[in-house]
Amino acid sequence: MTTDTVFTEPKLLPGDLAIWFFIFMELLVFGIFFIAYAVMRVQNIEMFNQYQLTLNRELGAVNTLLLITSSYFVVRAVYAIKLNKVSLCVNWLYAALGGGLGFLILKSIEYSEKFSAGINLSTNTFYMFYLSLTMFHFLHVVLGMLILFAIVIKAKRGAYTEKNHTGVETGASYWHMVDLVWIILFPLVYIIR
Amino acid sequence: MKYESQGIAKLYFIAAIALFVGQILFGVTMGLQYVMGDFLFPEIPFNVARMVHTNLLIVWLLFGFMGSAYFLVPEEAERELYSPMLAKVMFWVFLTAGVLTILGYLLVPYARLAEITMNDLLPTMGREFLEQPTITKIGIVIVALAFIFNIGMTILSGRKTVINVVLLTGLVGLAVFFLFSFYNPDNLVLDKYFWWFVVHLWVEGVWELIMASLLAYVLIKVTGVDREVIEKWLYIIIAMALISGLVGTGHHFFWIGTPDYWQWLGSIFSALEPIPFFMMTLFAFNVVNKRRRDHPNKAAVLWALGTAVMAFLGAGVWGFLHTLAPVNFYTHGTQITAAHGHMAFYGAYVMVVLTMISYSMPLMRGQKAANVNAQKHEIRSFWIMTISMVFITLLLTGAGIMQVYLQRYAADPLPFMVVQDRLAHFYWAREVAGITFLYGLFLYIYSFFAKGEEVADVE
Repeated sequence: MTTDTVFTEPKLLPGDLAIWFFIFMELLVFGIFFIAYAVMRVQNIEMFNQYQLTLNRELGAVNTLLLITSSYFVVRAVYAIKLNKVSLCVNWLYAALGGGLGFLILKSIEYSEKFSAGINLSTNTFYMFYLSLTMFHFLHVVLGMLILFAIVIKAKRGAYTEKNHTGVETGASYWHMVDLVWIILFPLVYIIR
Repeated sequence: MKYESQGIAKLYFIAAIALFVGQILFGVTMGLQYVMGDFLFPEIPFNVARMVHTNLLIVWLLFGFMGSAYFLVPEEAERELYSPMLAKVMFWVFLTAGVLTILGYLLVPYARLAEITMNDLLPTMGREFLEQPTITKIGIVIVALAFIFNIGMTILSGRKTVINVVLLTGLVGLAVFFLFSFYNPDNLVLDKYFWWFVVHLWVEGVWELIMASLLAYVLIKVTGVDREVIEKWLYIIIAMALISGLVGTGHHFFWIGTPDYWQWLGSIFSALEPIPFFMMTLFAFNVVNKRRRDHPNKAAVLWALGTAVMAFLGAGVWGFLHTLAPVNFYTHGTQITAAHGHMAFYGAYVMVVLTMISYSMPLMRGQKAANVNAQKHEIRSFWIMTISMVFITLLLTGAGIMQVYLQRYAADPLPFMVVQDRLAHFYWAREVAGITFLYGLFLYIYSFFAKGEEVADVE
């Protein structure tokens, strides 16, 4: 796709500045959570290693792919709107939403496995972190999807054009944040030994 | 004042200020009882004074919120209030219920009050801050429903702005969470657990929405800054307040018999609770610096900025001080909590209501702003009350630190009452600060009657 003509001077931060405040705060919350996890892991390495093996890494990996692909789709949606192709933009956003939905479904399967094995927040510190971190992230995927969906509705009403597409970029930035957090969370909780 | 029905707020504000005076009178009484245990005993024992002090605070703040909503909503919705009559009737119902309840606390022993009000049928009494007889609680629900119906109908059929929608969300949340006060399980852990659904989710959840929207409204009015800019701030602030505040409830679940994981969830999420307050401070100063006009009501601008700063200090900084589980292990239920409680309530909720009163009262009295002399007194009262509250907070913090050390941390911990005796000079100094606060409050009331030269309208 030849798109270079429309993309002169990228702004330092795409989208509305307000969302970046929000993204920054969200990252702060996850950051503190990750640090707490790391500190507890150092103090209980054996226990953390032992229970880490019970996690479903395959589903986690597929979910990582789903979110990264979905992030790519929102990039395409932003490109499309910059070319004033509204319906193409909407289609890419649907594709991104599909990725998010896939993530939620796989994650629910993972949770139902854990819950049916009788695991809950009180089982041990590792599962406490695993469940609270991933569930908090799960809620962010839901919120991200709601934002993308709101953009789909607005786009269909013709709210965005090649000149005025801050809204699409704003939603895309948030969605990338949701993806980014997972890219840190997945290796941290599922893989690193 | 653009709409006639906004004037109803005046009734609510007058009642709010009257009850505020009552609250402070009981506050200084109780402050003295800290050092003179038998002062006014047996007429007004400490436990009764405390109940009246805290209940009056809640009731007058509710009057303040309702008054603010009645003033703000018609203007934002660009139409008259759905039913001014209903608002007036509910005012008298609420005032009567509130006054009768307080008189009940003062005139009959609490157990007798429970009997008279047939608490046995649906026992909800006897819990801190929710001491109201069940029948009063039902009254509060009816008033709240009528109020939300009135406000809701006005908004739904009028212009919907971010400000009035956020305000409505906060008010609906306030009503919904109050319903947990009717749930009173026998299990003490469950009882406390759901008790916090009212207490925490009010002051660290939905009330923050109310506060942010009131502040945003006054700032739009006094600075003339674009609504769009202010609305964006409002969105971020409430999103952050809810993300940190909802799970932040966990900081009350550290030691009451709830599962261990609350120590993590409560610590992590509540550690972030200062952020929305910090953003409010940034927001308020930013907007005032970018103002497009110098509003003649200087006092209202000062109250708005003061709210942002004091809420951040009281709720944010003093809250953070003892919110982490390892710290809270030593500090829970000490004077540190009292220090935080005083500055947070004053800084966030008292001041935001006074901001609304300061902005709207002159308008309801047919002026753009209060006269020069009145504003001078009001501004002076702002400083007296605020500085007194800073002293109350610092002194209670000092007392709290000593209490934690002597009673819980030292190698040979001392019993509670022995420690209380050793804190006497802190309490005496706090009493002085309390009386100064009361003086500030009287000056504030005087400012409504002070005559003087009309303000120059620079708009």
